[in-house]
Amino acid sequence: MSETLHGSIDGAGEDRTFDQWVMTTRLAEYVAWGRKNSLWPMPMGLACCAIELMAMVAPRYDVARFGAEALRFSPRQADLMIVAGTVTKKMAPAVKRIFDQMPEPKWVIAMGACASSGGMFRSYSVTQGVDEIIPVDVYIPGCPPRPEALIEGIMRVQRLLDERARARRPAGAGRPEPVGAAR
Amino acid sequence: MPLIGKQVTRPRSRRPLSATYLTSILKGMWITLRHIFRPKVTMQYPEQTWQLPENYRGLPALVKDDGGRVKCVACFLCEYVCPPKAIEIEAQEITTGVEKGPKIFNINMLRCIMCGYCEEVCPEQAIFLTKESTTIGLSRAEMIFPKEKLLAMGGVRPDPIKKWARLTRAEGHQETPVAAQSGVVR
Repeated sequence: MSETLHGSIDGAGEDRTFDQWVMTTRLAEYVAWGRKNSLWPMPMGLACCAIELMAMVAPRYDVARFGAEALRFSPRQADLMIVAGTVTKKMAPAVKRIFDQMPEPKWVIAMGACASSGGMFRSYSVTQGVDEIIPVDVYIPGCPPRPEALIEGIMRVQRLLDERARARRPAGAGRPEPVGAAR
Repeated sequence: MPLIGKQVTRPRSRRPLSATYLTSILKGMWITLRHIFRPKVTMQYPEQTWQLPENYRGLPALVKDDGGRVKCVACFLCEYVCPPKAIEIEAQEITTGVEKGPKIFNINMLRCIMCGYCEEVCPEQAIFLTKESTTIGLSRAEMIFPKEKLLAMGGVRPDPIKKWARLTRAEGHQETPVAAQSGVVR
């Protein structure tokens, strides 16, 4: 059966019409293709970075070109959390809870200096990076980052998704652990 | 129980056309239709990029002068002035006639807020903010840029003043006071 599908390797004397009309793939890669082109972000807008996040969704940058225009304010419907802004210690439990409510597989982008590392708020009241509480896949520097940088981040998440599907690992595997108190 | 407030009767339209909401729908569709023919504003990002202004503040980088010398003299002013304390410097003695230079010069790009204070304070004009604005990273360690990476980002800036020209030129000869006096360690 598979020989019929793929034809012989050199194709000499074989009927190759099947290859011309049929595309074969593995199920995992097919699912990953679907997922990566319909990332639904959860806009965790906590500070001024959220303004750039909105700019990314607006017509000029138009993240709909990457299939990620459906910002879902319900965590149950989202699979990409964009933490945009300062995560204060008071807000941290809410961020963690919302992340936990998102269904697997899920990804996290730490947008901007505050969410990535605490930025200039070396303070008792601010978590020094959201990766203290949730695992972060992509870090974006900037204060705030340009919408282009955020688009780069989303494209990187799409590539991560592909890489994990190719490596025959479940979508959630290989995700970084929260670094805890490490600075 | 008596009613609270005044009872009002809602005005009901007698005209059957407005009862179907057809006019409202057509009005809305007319707006949509007009927008189809307006100029398109979307920038196709990875293919098209925004023209950043000359004074745009992106990631900071170290520069070399036209002689290929690292301009930083490890004075620690940028480390001192940096609001998020993103810069980490360790100094060393060097042999180029300028006595001191950075051994370690790390900038934590995730801490950096691109404020430009380092560029402003630098007495040697050795650190500049580039127009780089789309760098991303997958880990924190990856986003701490070492000296070599920062120098590669910054490239060469021609130095019109040539502040250290006398000392660095004399470096070739061994009788220079600086090179002779210091037990130079690399």
